Amino acid sequence: MHIVVCIKQVPDSAQIRVHPVTNTIMRQGVPTIINPYDLFAVEEALRLRDRHGGTVTILTMGPPMAEESLRKALTFGADRAVLLTDRFFAGSDTLATSFALATAIKKIGETFEPVDIVFTGKQTIDGDTAQVGPGIAKRLGLNQLTYVSKVSALDLAGRSIDVERRAEGGVQALKTALPCLITMLEGTNEIRRGSLPDALRAARAEIVTWSAKDAGIEDVTRCGLRGSPTVVKRVFAPTPRSEKAKIIEVSQAQLKATPKDQHKTLLPEALI
Amino acid sequence: MKKELPERFRNHKHVWVFIEQERGHVHPVSWELMGAGRILADKLKVELAGVIIGPPGEATLAAAQEAACYGADLVYTVTNPIFADYRNDPYTKALTDAVETFKPEILLLGATTLGRDLAGSVATTLATGLTADCTALDVDPDGSLAATRPTFGGSLLCTIYTLNFRPQMATIRPRVMPMPERVERPLGRLVEHPLAMAEEDIVTKVLKFIPDRDQAKSNLAYADVVVAGGLGLGSPENFQLVTQLASVLGAEYGCSRPLVQKGWQPAERQIGQTGKTIRPKLYIAAGISGAIQHRVGVEGADLIVAVNTDKNAPIFDFAHIGVVTDALHLLPQLTEAFRRRLSAHIRDRIAS
Ligand SMILES: Cc1cc2nc3c(=O)[nH]c(=O)nc-3n(C[C@H](O)[C@H](O)[C@H](O)COP(=O)(O)OP(=O)(O)OC[C@H]3O[C@@H](n4cnc5c(N)ncnc54)[C@H](O)[C@@H]3O)c2cc1C
Ligand SMILES: Cc1cc2nc3c(=O)[nH]c(=O)nc-3n(C[C@H](O)[C@H](O)[C@H](O)COP(=O)(O)OP(=O)(O)OC[C@H]3O[C@@H](n4cnc5c(N)ncnc54)[C@H](O)[C@@H]3O)c2cc1C
Repeated sequence: MHIVVCIKQVPDSAQIRVHPVTNTIMRQGVPTIINPYDLFAVEEALRLRDRHGGTVTILTMGPPMAEESLRKALTFGADRAVLLTDRFFAGSDTLATSFALATAIKKIGETFEPVDIVFTGKQTIDGDTAQVGPGIAKRLGLNQLTYVSKVSALDLAGRSIDVERRAEGGVQALKTALPCLITMLEGTNEIRRGSLPDALRAARAEIVTWSAKDAGIEDVTRCGLRGSPTVVKRVFAPTPRSEKAKIIEVSQAQLKATPKDQHKTLLPEALI
Repeated sequence: MKKELPERFRNHKHVWVFIEQERGHVHPVSWELMGAGRILADKLKVELAGVIIGPPGEATLAAAQEAACYGADLVYTVTNPIFADYRNDPYTKALTDAVETFKPEILLLGATTLGRDLAGSVATTLATGLTADCTALDVDPDGSLAATRPTFGGSLLCTIYTLNFRPQMATIRPRVMPMPERVERPLGRLVEHPLAMAEEDIVTKVLKFIPDRDQAKSNLAYADVVVAGGLGLGSPENFQLVTQLASVLGAEYGCSRPLVQKGWQPAERQIGQTGKTIRPKLYIAAGISGAIQHRVGVEGADLIVAVNTDKNAPIFDFAHIGVVTDALHLLPQLTEAFRRRLSAHIRDRIAS
């Protein structure tokens, strides 16, 4: 069995600040991490491999420094890592991103071994669209399983998989055929601590690095800005409410003095 | 990028709202989008249509009728017994096929698990742009859809266009748009669109549907009063100050994202861009700074009361009443004061 897990390197959002004057995002010096949602996908793939045998390939598209995230994923025990990096990819929206990733996954299948399952996270913490998974599935004709909370059964001989999927107002238990694409819900498992041998292997591992051409992308106009139907035209700060908030400063002493009638000043009469 | 709409897209016209119907129940986000779609359609001077995919029968017809009451000029239906439960493949085929046949210029879907699953597949099949989780929609003088969503990390918003492809697609989360008024109206036109697909053609099978137990369903998104806590509370134990006040008020409770990330609260309690959007009559936020991702989830509230020790906290830019004080002291005082003032009867009234 061959599983491909897509991960994205993202800025650690907790550390991002906006420039107070220019209203631009200050990325310099902000550490990058593996998109936290993707760790649940990595773990689920490793569990399936541990139980059923096979290999796990990690794939990311990003700048050369995204290699760091791939090494990190290898320390958890993944078998192979592929970095898709090319200046043609810059400015990709989700349509262009899923095109590049889908083409690379096809190439991975041809170069190494056929792919049975593709995993992605539910969404990222930067772009946050949850559109890349469905985009890959559609392009590769994989059976699409989004918001999966549990892989209940996998029958490799029968080429079938059962999952539980978060739906509106309940959970759907679904059965489909391999190959499929799963977007994994957060909080569904706990990422392992990598073993020491895996850490050593990860440090030395050769990362397969592909340009657009290496990945089998012939038409680079389908990548990056040119391949993206969406255009970001304006970035702006939200306007403050025209009326200022009515500010009530309450000191510690006041708090203690008038507990009984506190709510009168603080909350609307209509409610009381 | 300049707008140079290719010839083949120039006959795309009208605004469509996907009406999300499952097991005979229409998700209220569909009507919220009908309200937003009406405004866009009026500005563009085009028609507003609802699209319903579902099994043949009463429920689908009733949903079509209901769409008219929320403002649809006409409704397209694709009916087939295979649509009894949502599955990506047949729904994608149905919606893609309808779009290719009738050529709308704008297509809006709710950003639910169903809507996002479907929108991503449809946009990829049609090779068009899809803007996720929008908080505002408008049309420019040249007729382009301007879809605004928060950008990552900081206190910024961005406006995204799909200039040269059609339809222009967007998902919008439940409760972001106000619920339009329902006006009894006959349905103008019903257009049935056939789809030749049978159960044998569908690989994915639904083994069963397990509805959420009642206690697992929080009514946060649709509650009239919400009390929420943020990192300013300092510890998971202090969160009970929030739940206590909520319970006295007959309110739902929620939190900011860091509390979910720290495991203090489950994900379904998170309010904001990546959590729930709320539109209560009263929102009380304690120890929450008011980052843009939080703000976009609460801006629809009629009255926002913020409690924060920092009088420069960004939440005071959009709160109506700001209380500059220590929430750990104020919350218990408020709870106590309300406990004394509110009879059980009034509490029920607030809750309902
Ligand atoms: C603020 C902001 C808003 C944006 N809004 C839109 C928008 O509305 N519409 C739009 O089309 N584009 C949008 N984009 C562009 C979009 O973020 C990029 O296309 C991005 O490359 C992928 O989308 P995502 O981060 O939303 O991924 P998601 O679709 O949320 O990611 C889902 C999963 O796909 C996998 N994945 C995603 N990216 C990669 C990658 N590079 N390598 C490997 N695996 C990956 C991961 O497993 C991830 O968990 C926006 C970008 C920003 C910064
Ligand atoms: C992609 C993305 C999506 C996000 N989605 C969401 C989302 O959906 N929802 C969300 O909430 N956040 C979201 N965030 C996070 C958001 O940017 C903020 O980091 C977060 O909202 C801050 O939470 P907070 O206000 O609880 O904490 P902080 O920002 O740390 O604020 C704590 C506040 O408490 C005040 N305070 C301290 N002590 C007291 C006291 N004793 N009494 C009263 N006040 C006190 C402080 O003055 C401060 O203002 C997202 C971020 C990203 C990057």
